[in-house]
Amino acid sequence: MHGSDFAWSVAFAVPYAAVFCAFVVYPIAYALWIAARPSLYADLIADRLYLPTVVNTLVFVGLGVNVKMFLALLLSGFFMRRRWWIKALLGIYILPWVLAAVQTCISFHWMLIGEQGLVDGLLAALFGIDGPIWFNNRWLGLGSNIVAYVWKWMPFWTVIFLAARMTIPRDIYEAAEIDGATGPRSFVHVTFPMLANLYLICILVSTLWTLGEFTTVYLVSGGGPAGSTEVLATLGFRYAFDANRPELGIAAVMSALPVLIPIVIVLMRRAQASEVQL
Amino acid sequence: MNLGLTLLQPQAARRYRLRRVLTEAGSVMLGVVLAGWSLLPVYNMLLIALDPEEGEIEFAGNLWTPEPSLDGFIETVMQEARYLEDFWSQFENSVYIGLLTMVLTVLIGSLASFAVSRMRLGKGSLLTNAALLTYAIPASFLIVPYYSIMHSYGLSNSLWAVIAAQVTFASPFAILIMQLYARLIPGELDDAARIDGASAVQLYLRIYLPLMTPALAVVAIYALLLAWNDYLYPAVLLSPRNATVSVVQGQLFYDNDAPWNAMMAAAIIYVLPPLAVLFALRRYVAASLTMVGPRV
Repeated sequence: MHGSDFAWSVAFAVPYAAVFCAFVVYPIAYALWIAARPSLYADLIADRLYLPTVVNTLVFVGLGVNVKMFLALLLSGFFMRRRWWIKALLGIYILPWVLAAVQTCISFHWMLIGEQGLVDGLLAALFGIDGPIWFNNRWLGLGSNIVAYVWKWMPFWTVIFLAARMTIPRDIYEAAEIDGATGPRSFVHVTFPMLANLYLICILVSTLWTLGEFTTVYLVSGGGPAGSTEVLATLGFRYAFDANRPELGIAAVMSALPVLIPIVIVLMRRAQASEVQL
Repeated sequence: MNLGLTLLQPQAARRYRLRRVLTEAGSVMLGVVLAGWSLLPVYNMLLIALDPEEGEIEFAGNLWTPEPSLDGFIETVMQEARYLEDFWSQFENSVYIGLLTMVLTVLIGSLASFAVSRMRLGKGSLLTNAALLTYAIPASFLIVPYYSIMHSYGLSNSLWAVIAAQVTFASPFAILIMQLYARLIPGELDDAARIDGASAVQLYLRIYLPLMTPALAVVAIYALLLAWNDYLYPAVLLSPRNATVSVVQGQLFYDNDAPWNAMMAAAIIYVLPPLAVLFALRRYVAASLTMVGPRV
């Protein structure tokens, strides 16, 4: 490499390095410095909202990630079928992913607002039952958030799995068919083993993102009733900007680090060990 | 033996046909369910937007508005509805943030990935690791520190604070996807251009960028959607004076008295531009998804 080439390549890398230092390293260092006080965590435990919020976060992440991924994996098989109308349906199906999150979450909020909402109207018209007031109950509210989250993100993962399925060579299926693996058996013995590695990585990445999900919870249930459906990201926001205790807000999201760090380490290892990167 | 076969065949054929019909009926049913599932919230937006009255009767659990009207849309476009007096200037802010995030992410990401993958920068893997690490941090966890550091950078209440945040969270994906895609471009091309005396800048402009078009398109869409969809960062970093469309709608979401027919009309107007962009670039997106997607 010539000297001038080296200078150029450094110059090309500088803009991102600058962004990284100014907007990643500095805020993280600042957060760690603020959150280093142990007394903050005593305050957190003492807050009546904190422990229920941790439970909510675990439920939200556990169900939100696994339901979404499993359905996406199955549905990607459905979209592999060669029919003109299934291709057209794919266009409709990915709509939630393209539509802006804020507006669709608000639509979910009004749809589930109670007997004035569309969902309860549909329940009454189709089955003649009075739907619940969804946001008056902790578990119904949490469930609404999860459904809205799955609605928004399932299409994205379906497309990822669809692209991966397309790379599985046809001959493998043909060979399996001769050995008697058809229908569900070909899924268990061929498709899933071929996609297992990707599936695992997608689960890990999605766990990270779901852990930090703010918009859905903030705009579908709004954390209500009485803060009983908050997750860590929204609770941190409330501490910092509603209760005016930014240091407590930072501590609240920092308490997710014991889950976050192992996942990041596993992902980094995998990314370095193989071609797989995300 | 022969007799048995002729007796069996029609039965087996019938069973086969029955199974095909059942599978087909099953997939049609699944298709209907999926379409309903995907479209219900969209339909709800339209239902509320088409309501003639503001604030009172659109929430009546109706499955269809008694008298659909375009009042909501007209009031939004003319900026006559309450809370939407500044709709177009807020829309302009959203567009400004979205476009600048897109351009800067493509620029910074392509420069960095060029340096790492084509120039074989010595400590290039450091840069990739930095990107991976950023990619793994949920953006919402950094909002409180961002609020403070934007003050110390002198960017409080500036659209540039939001742009900086969005570029930070969009460029890791940009770098990673471009590096994957760059592996598909043979290195011999660079060597040949070198022999003809091309400089690093010429390599970047004349060879790298043109060949990377599909990846650039994907990155551009990703960055635009990220900025366009976000609520948290604009809501915290901007003042009401220079708010974006999403911020205003998010702050009023629990307000029963807001003119919701106009608010939903505004929401529909807001969600359309990314659809148009995605439709325009669909060829590139499909191309790079089939090439890069499976290796993600």
